[in-house]
Amino acid sequence: METYIFYILAGAILIFALLSVTTRRVLRAAVYLLFALGSTAGIYFMVEFLFLAAVQLLVYVGGVVVLIIFSILLTSQINDRLEQPEWLKVMATMLLVVVGAGLSLFVIREYDFNISETAMTAPTVSDIGLKLLSYGPGGYVLPFEVISILLLAAMIGAIVIAKRMKEND
Amino acid sequence: MEFSIYDFSTLTNSIHEGLSNSFSPTWVMIIEMSLVGLAFLGLFAVLGVTLVYAERKVSAVIQQRMGPMRVGKWGLLQTIADVIKLVLKEPLMNRQADKLLFGIAPFIIIIASFLAVAAVPFAKGLHALDFDIGILYVSAVSSIGVIGILLAGWSSNNKYSLIGAMRSGAQIVSYELSVGLSLLTIVVLSGSLQFSEIIESQANGWWIFKGHIPAFIAFVVFLIAGTAETNRGPFDLAEAESELTAGFHTEYSGIKFAFFFLAEFANMFIICAIGATVFLGGWMPLHIGDLAGFNAIMDFIPPIVWFGMKVTFLIFLMMWFRWTFPRLRIDQLLKLEWKYLLPINLVNILLMAFIGLMGWHF
Repeated sequence: METYIFYILAGAILIFALLSVTTRRVLRAAVYLLFALGSTAGIYFMVEFLFLAAVQLLVYVGGVVVLIIFSILLTSQINDRLEQPEWLKVMATMLLVVVGAGLSLFVIREYDFNISETAMTAPTVSDIGLKLLSYGPGGYVLPFEVISILLLAAMIGAIVIAKRMKEND
Repeated sequence: MEFSIYDFSTLTNSIHEGLSNSFSPTWVMIIEMSLVGLAFLGLFAVLGVTLVYAERKVSAVIQQRMGPMRVGKWGLLQTIADVIKLVLKEPLMNRQADKLLFGIAPFIIIIASFLAVAAVPFAKGLHALDFDIGILYVSAVSSIGVIGILLAGWSSNNKYSLIGAMRSGAQIVSYELSVGLSLLTIVVLSGSLQFSEIIESQANGWWIFKGHIPAFIAFVVFLIAGTAETNRGPFDLAEAESELTAGFHTEYSGIKFAFFFLAEFANMFIICAIGATVFLGGWMPLHIGDLAGFNAIMDFIPPIVWFGMKVTFLIFLMMWFRWTFPRLRIDQLLKLEWKYLLPINLVNILLMAFIGLMGWHF
């Protein structure tokens, strides 16, 4: 049963990813990207990494895609079409794709995966929270604080930009 | 087959055993998933019909009218007649619209509602998804709904729809923050995101009583932000009929329009159910300290009735808001969120963390 669900989701990711780079309507591309990211979240749900799945939905679907759609809504018209790419560019891209896929497949086939004997359990929210704030070995408190400062700087920057616009009016 | 109204796990377990005896595990899984899906479809149909009727009657009472009275006794069959009308109507399509996106937008909204309602605990043992990440899951899947609104507005190729969708998007993205933070205020006390554990932690009293004033502030913020997130009045300027005809669903008709309508009422139910679960104890009966006699009487009322009463109360509050407050302007709406609710919420969550740390809550 799980195998079937995996193949359905994986197929959906591949098809929507392909559609999102081949469509000539920019908002449709964003929607196909949304479906591809949502199917990825589906795979995380299937293997019961719930926190990762929820973050995938919250950050990529609820955040990134909404931001992309917002900017498309503000900048493009419904009848706009992206122009057909040049023949040479298409060939170059396909070559790159084939080489990239070949390299990934080669690495995956060469790597010998160790199947662990103990059953894998997904970490709970409290495990993740404790790990994020622990300063012992394997703790993530330094990256956590660095990212917090980065976000704070970004927020202050956004406020400053918004304020300057107002004074010019 | 034994069945107790006080614990639905007896019912669900007996169904599971009955199916396991006659089918292979794969088929049991498929049948159970279909059963749960059918149950939620039925719930949405009943919710849509009853909530529309309730909204009409509540607005009628507030405006000193009778409301629908003609179809059936007290107009009880009015909404069923309306559903039949909506289903029979022609689904019109704007020739200049982006037909694919126009078609899938209502489905995205309704799927988001279905995903969110699956995490609602209705009664003891009557709970489709009891994730460890409960509240995070609900806020994650409910953020999908806004994409449907944006797509509907853009693909209609209509200025009013586009403006309505932009307003609605800005509103939902902003107020999501306040909904999440006000729920987190209670998570600080309960120490878990899982709905079943949040309910268990309220066995000796609901958080709105145990959490002192910060819990009450969080509840009020949750109600305001929840009303805004469901695009209901006084925050319904996404579909302000005097300025924008009907906002993002202007071009929709027939069954697709019914989807938007149903999703709005379903989202109202979900917000009220989450609020009832986190602040008012979900299906947990009202218990007061050591009053054993009083508590025993309260225990006699089945959990599903408690849940229904709390949700009905919150839904009535939201309808009351809609029919008594005037609509806000877009700048007032965004100012309310970013300059008032969000700072209040952040200070409130700090205060609550301090109370939790000192152990001052009950």
